[in-house]
Amino acid sequence: MAAFSLTINNKKHNVDVDPKMPLLWVIRDVLGLTGTKYGCGIAQCGACTVHVADAAVRSCMYPVENVGTQKVTTIEGLSEKGDHPLQLAWEEVDVPQCGYCQSGQIMAAAALLKSNPSPSENDVHNAMTNICRCATYNRIKKAINQAAGNKITIPNP
Amino acid sequence: MQEQANLNRRNFIRISALTGGGLVLGFNYFLTSCSTSQDGGQVIELNAFVKIDTKGRVTIMSPNPEVGQGVKTSLPMLVAEELDVDWKEIKIEQAGLDTVNYKRQVAGGSGSVRESWESFRKVGATARQMLISAAAAAWGVPAAECATENGHVVYKGKKKTYGELVEQAAKLPVPENVAVKPATAFRIIGQRTRNVDNHAIVTGQYKYGIDTKREGMLYATIIRPPAFGMTLESLDDAEAKRSPGVQQVLRFDNKIAVLGRSTWEVMQAAKKVKPQWKEDGTLESTADYTEKLHGILAKKPEDKPRRQDGNIGQAFAKAAKVIELAFDAPFLAHNTMEPMNFFAHVTADGAELYGPIQTPERARGRIAELLKLPEEKISVMMTRMGGGFGRRLMTDFVEEAAMVSRLAGNVPVNVIWSREDDMTGGFYRPMCSYRYKAALNGNNELVAWHHHSAGVSGGGASPDSFPAGAVPNFQVDAHTYKSPVTTAPWRGPTHNYIAFSEQSFLDEIARQAGKDPVALRLELLEQARANPVGKVNYEPDRFAAVIKKAAEIGGWGKSKGENIFQGFAAHFSFASYVAQVAEVEKQADGKLKLKKIYCVVDCGTVVNPSGAETQVEGSIIDGIGHAMYAELTLTNGRPDQSNFHNYRMIRMREAPAVEIHFIQSSVAPTGLGEPCLPPAGAALANAVFAASGVRLLDQPFIKSGLFA
Repeated sequence: MAAFSLTINNKKHNVDVDPKMPLLWVIRDVLGLTGTKYGCGIAQCGACTVHVADAAVRSCMYPVENVGTQKVTTIEGLSEKGDHPLQLAWEEVDVPQCGYCQSGQIMAAAALLKSNPSPSENDVHNAMTNICRCATYNRIKKAINQAAGNKITIPNP
Repeated sequence: MQEQANLNRRNFIRISALTGGGLVLGFNYFLTSCSTSQDGGQVIELNAFVKIDTKGRVTIMSPNPEVGQGVKTSLPMLVAEELDVDWKEIKIEQAGLDTVNYKRQVAGGSGSVRESWESFRKVGATARQMLISAAAAAWGVPAAECATENGHVVYKGKKKTYGELVEQAAKLPVPENVAVKPATAFRIIGQRTRNVDNHAIVTGQYKYGIDTKREGMLYATIIRPPAFGMTLESLDDAEAKRSPGVQQVLRFDNKIAVLGRSTWEVMQAAKKVKPQWKEDGTLESTADYTEKLHGILAKKPEDKPRRQDGNIGQAFAKAAKVIELAFDAPFLAHNTMEPMNFFAHVTADGAELYGPIQTPERARGRIAELLKLPEEKISVMMTRMGGGFGRRLMTDFVEEAAMVSRLAGNVPVNVIWSREDDMTGGFYRPMCSYRYKAALNGNNELVAWHHHSAGVSGGGASPDSFPAGAVPNFQVDAHTYKSPVTTAPWRGPTHNYIAFSEQSFLDEIARQAGKDPVALRLELLEQARANPVGKVNYEPDRFAAVIKKAAEIGGWGKSKGENIFQGFAAHFSFASYVAQVAEVEKQADGKLKLKKIYCVVDCGTVVNPSGAETQVEGSIIDGIGHAMYAELTLTNGRPDQSNFHNYRMIRMREAPAVEIHFIQSSVAPTGLGEPCLPPAGAALANAVFAASGVRLLDQPFIKSGLFA
């Protein structure tokens, strides 16, 4: 066990946990922020995506000891009022079916648009490798396109 | 018709008992008490589906489990339509299991909207009629001359909100046989309506079952036998018990539960438990099953045919041409994105169960039996499920949670499965093999069809599937090989694979008969219409209509460039008609890539076009993904795949574009969560044949090496 001072969603949290505990479980079980989901535990599905210093990170394999002083953002902190352009687009396009993977999808998309506000379709495919068993992929793409101001070239409807 | 809502008087009108109040409203109600809304209004249950507070706020209860199929949106739309309220102003609440007031609280068989279409509208219409009667009485005017507008009753310049009327309305007798609106008057049904939980989902606020945390609750993980055919002999849990955060290690059945203060800590500790497993029967592998199934199919069918029209033996003897193909289907895991989990708090005389379950009533029954508790002492609340696909029709994970809670000393627990537990824990789509044989006469007409299938721990036949009814000599034989592998329904049960094999075989028949695949299907449907053979479980005209429309929107038979190839498939299931055209592109290196699926659906009335489209698009891509990439294999009883690194799921890059057309219809709605999945793999396989001349006979297709 070791003490860590984490900055999550611009708020300081002091936790005393195993340094190897993945950030996902610190966020979920210790701090009770359950918007970040567990899906696979091996960084394959992306349901646990958060931002560490603005980069998309699959928190299920990211030990808490690696966070250091970097700022962590979870879905709960993506916007103050739930009105990030991607969140609005997700609602407008009516993306969620079961909805479980969507917070991870949104966090992955938000990191993409932050570093690349006008991504090509290929850029979107490279960044958006999260799994959705409901297969809402085409609506996710549409929502990202909408949030990016319809700048993405999508060859097919 | 089975009524979803129990409309008997005693239950229909209730004043709800949430917190104190004790408002007595009259003599003819099943009175309990009432609750108070945030702004001080009294909340009154007009019936089990409709609560209105005296300030006018309307809440509609959604009794069916929400698994991503959209019923928490579409079913309340039915009530709201008839109640005549402003959709934007109302609140939707999930109801828990309540078998007194609700019927069929199940998510399965694409049945929620089908089974609720009449009764939910009637519930809304009946409540509206009571509000009208209350207003008419207050104004001393005939009820028949009053109307409603968005949460108000109106009469010649007079207007009262539902909130002002609800107390009086709740005292009135429940009217019988209230008429519902004609389709032409719909204002909510047929409108694009967003999923009511969208905001909570996109902001991370929605609490799924796995997110449940209560005072004093322990997280638990369970170690189960690593192979089908193994049981637990002994265990050494000394090291696990010393692991940080661990509170208890329990043994029950052939399982070991580790309980503690965080999910990760109990998962880590579980790795330190040293169980001794022993073989309890034969440990079988996929290769053994293939051999068994092929062995069964090599012999003459032993059991009574599942369907028999004419005489296939004579027809094959006289045939001008006999066509045969054999197909194999692997086991598939459900892989819901939210792994199995359940919260249970068993007490001395009851139990609280809370979590993601498609069959809450069955779960309650199982727990009552298991813990020897009366059903009325067990509460079940359903959370929005992070996917089900049939896995959550099972109740094993609820039973485990209840057992662990009891054995731990009636402690509240949330039992959480790791992805590995979830994928290797059984309840797979059965592995199946199929042999098809067809006969053509001298005019290249299909005169005989034989389906012979065998499945592991489950069957593969859908005896009345098209072209049943259109072929004079038609026989279906099906066998099951019993194994220790547990199987379960998987999205579009049976249909999910049979549509692939049947529609691929029809494509091959068309080729060998020298006919266009669309023309062959229409010819057979004409046969089923004009000269039906035996039972016909589909309407040939509706089936033909989706096929013609799909050919039209897909540009079937028209050149789309020399590198574009198309395949066709059509399938009827869950009372809905689906036809699809798949388009693949042959790249410069000769490899194939699926570009697009055109899909035409006749599912009767479309309640929510936005929800319906996403079900269609999602189920097609889901179907393509599994046909292309997925299989679960076993070696000596152990699943070879354990997580998404070795069980491939479709991702965004591989998802085809999907163009959807719904047949305009005013008939009652039919299933939609499943029926578009089954034909997708066949449409793709038939396009692959058109592009390459290779007939894909087993899944996953990726193994063929044909794809980019």
